[in-house]
Amino acid sequence: MTIDTTPKMRWWERLAHPGQFVAWTTPLVWPLAGLTAVLFLLGLWFAFFNSPADYQMGDTVRIMYVHVPTAWLSQFVYATMAVSALGTLVWRHPMADVSMKAAAPLGAAFTAMALYTGSLWGRPTWGTFWEWDGRMTSTLVLLFIYLGIVALWRAFDDQLRAARIVAIFTLVGAVNIPIIKFSVDWWSTLHQPASVFRADGPTMPGSILVPLFIMFFAFTFLFLTLQLVAMQTEVRRRRVATLERKAARGEAA
Amino acid sequence: MIELGQHAVFIVWAYIGVFAGVAGLIGWAAFDRSRVGRRLRELGNGRS
Repeated sequence: MTIDTTPKMRWWERLAHPGQFVAWTTPLVWPLAGLTAVLFLLGLWFAFFNSPADYQMGDTVRIMYVHVPTAWLSQFVYATMAVSALGTLVWRHPMADVSMKAAAPLGAAFTAMALYTGSLWGRPTWGTFWEWDGRMTSTLVLLFIYLGIVALWRAFDDQLRAARIVAIFTLVGAVNIPIIKFSVDWWSTLHQPASVFRADGPTMPGSILVPLFIMFFAFTFLFLTLQLVAMQTEVRRRRVATLERKAARGEAA
Repeated sequence: MIELGQHAVFIVWAYIGVFAGVAGLIGWAAFDRSRVGRRLRELGNGRS
């Protein structure tokens, strides 16, 4: 009888090796991309050809199918970064700061899209492209936080040192997420209160909820695909930096 | 294409803007991946 003395590793400990992370996640990219494309095609078909106009907003309700998913992602990506920041500061997981760095530009892009589509929806619905109400202002603040984080990453050559500072900044900035979420309840605002995830069920009919959920999953899978690719690229970029340093030392010697 | 009513221009521009942004993100991810991969191969390590 032999005794297995190999230490048992959990899956997230195995993923701590960047090379193993790339090897394990590379086969996922194309299936995820395919699923995302199918969801987008289905979602667009529902959005334009198989969903009714709203009885109050008319056809402008179709802007909701791109506005709500991008607004959801602007907060979900930040939550992902906040969990990654904890992973960097508390568990010192080597892939946590890679995830944090990869997500920041994606979050900034989705937040910009949410603000853009929101203003285009606001003009015919409220009569204005912009109003300094709680949700719009806190979402604009979120965009500035994302841009600050992207700039902070670029300000440091030492990415491990940058990771600690960015992680702290990210966790401080996370206070803005509940402000965005509850701004419609706390302050007088042009935005309507939550109408999908409510204790008493959604207030929308199924004919509008179906395309909304399909687009919601399409954008979420788009983020997952881009996040995986960006993380793999970041792992390779760090390998390039290590090899360049080694080559420079070799030339100097 | 369905009739989008009097506010069609807002709907169309919202979708054009979002899908231009999505195309930009996909394009940038592909470009960055290929650029870093090329540099890695130049340095003699194309594995990881």
